[in-house]
Amino acid sequence: MIAMQPIISVSNLSKTYASGFSALKNINLDISRGEIFALLGPNGAGKTTLISIICGIVNPTEGMVLADGHDIVRDYRDARSRIGLVPQELTTDAFETVWATVSFSRGLFGKPANPAHIEKILKDLSLWEKKDSKIMTLSGGMKRRVMIAKALSHEPQILFLDEPTAGVDVELRRDMWEVVRSLRETGVTVILTTHYIEEAEQMADRVGVISKGEIILVEEKAELMRKLGRKQLKLQLQSQLDSLPPALASHGLELADGGHEIVYTYDAQGERTGITALLKDLNDNGIRFKDLQTSQSSLEEIFVNLVSERR
Amino acid sequence: MNFHAIRAIYLFEMARTWRTLLQSIVSPVISTSLYFVVFGAAIGSRISEINGISYGAFIVPGLIMLSLLTQSISNASFGIYFPKFVGTIYELLSAPVSYLEIVISYVGAAASKSIILGLIILATAALFVPLQIQHPGWMLLFLVLTAVTFSLFGFIIGIWAGNFEQLQLVPMLIVTPLTFLGGSFYSIDMLPPFWRTVSLFNPVVYLVSGFRWSFFGISDVNVGISLGMTLVFLVACLIAVWWIFRTGWRIKA
Repeated sequence: MIAMQPIISVSNLSKTYASGFSALKNINLDISRGEIFALLGPNGAGKTTLISIICGIVNPTEGMVLADGHDIVRDYRDARSRIGLVPQELTTDAFETVWATVSFSRGLFGKPANPAHIEKILKDLSLWEKKDSKIMTLSGGMKRRVMIAKALSHEPQILFLDEPTAGVDVELRRDMWEVVRSLRETGVTVILTTHYIEEAEQMADRVGVISKGEIILVEEKAELMRKLGRKQLKLQLQSQLDSLPPALASHGLELADGGHEIVYTYDAQGERTGITALLKDLNDNGIRFKDLQTSQSSLEEIFVNLVSERR
Repeated sequence: MNFHAIRAIYLFEMARTWRTLLQSIVSPVISTSLYFVVFGAAIGSRISEINGISYGAFIVPGLIMLSLLTQSISNASFGIYFPKFVGTIYELLSAPVSYLEIVISYVGAAASKSIILGLIILATAALFVPLQIQHPGWMLLFLVLTAVTFSLFGFIIGIWAGNFEQLQLVPMLIVTPLTFLGGSFYSIDMLPPFWRTVSLFNPVVYLVSGFRWSFFGISDVNVGISLGMTLVFLVACLIAVWWIFRTGWRIKA
């Protein structure tokens, strides 16, 4: 693949609010064209501040952001016309119709009216039936769709989704993932923030973890899971054990479920996982099991570990 | 210039007017009619002519000014305060629009509404009293200048206000009293000399006086001074708006 100019380039970005609160500390981040990037972090980590700066809602204190090569402060018109934003809060005009508010957004972003495009967006987001409904009559999930439609109305190349599925039911969440994937197929770069790890795990190409205003890790999702992912082998025992025999101490086992289960944690990347030796030792010690499962740690566990290490 | 954006915001704001027709057009017209009935007919019949003009006709320019000032301020302040209040301002801030474009579209829409309203009230007044307009061009100039200036002023209030109470504060406590005491219903020549001098510190006196001159050719103060004062206030508002956007005051963290 040819090395391309990143579509978003954040360099040395800091934000200190008037209250003295330092929300972002020297952020450096490049987002590649066409990728889905998930920004993970606990509440208050600075996710929304970072997005708000890139979109022009909050002024940066220091540093620079380029959107498709355009400085977000100096060339704000060029930068912003390429960006669509779906904020976290459901903030919509109550009395407008769906059609009117989405058309309004397109005009606001400097594009001539294009009913065919608006129609396509509304159909893609299953909003077409509701196009003449006033927004206040819609459910929360539908309002969220309206906000996405507004953000897409001006055909942006970059879409920010700030906590897109917070408080959204499972069905809508899956629909939204579908929409995001189909957007990527058309070449749109998607940056989403979430604290639902599942979301990042399902959708993202790359994951960035932000904590206390600092980016602490940026990694390909698959790589991250491989690197940090640990596997567990769980063995359900035929008879309860009060304690582990000393002969098994070297395996680092844990006894769980009131002595009915043995848990073995190992590195999935290792040349030798030690499973063969473990099973042999169990057999030699007369420990019999009736079932077994292996599981890989989820991004959530990885993330919790990462963030808690920093505390 | 992002003309699509100016058009979108302007039409959005005007659509709000048509949607709230009762509140934005019908109610000011009714209250003005009530003023005519009470002041013009009931009280006016006991007041002699002022400079040869019947009292009913005399108060018409003042009544239009009263509505123009209060409606310009309330339209413009609400127009920008409401997105701030419900949070939809995020879209405006993230859009490729300049501050100038934002001001043109919001203030333009608010001023358009007040001008339409002013003309409707004028037409309503013509039903009650015989009217003459000696200087129609000047009349329109004062109408437009005042509507634009006070829409700008309202825009500033809308950005400043942190809650609905503050939004009402300036119109209720400052603008309405100044208008009532600004010669809307009387000529300041009718006041004792002391209060006459005090009145000259009320900016609304100049607006009403200039506007009334365009109708009847009579005024409390020289029409040139009226125009000058209106322009001074317009420029002051422009400077304030420019400063607000330059610093992001109350809009951007």
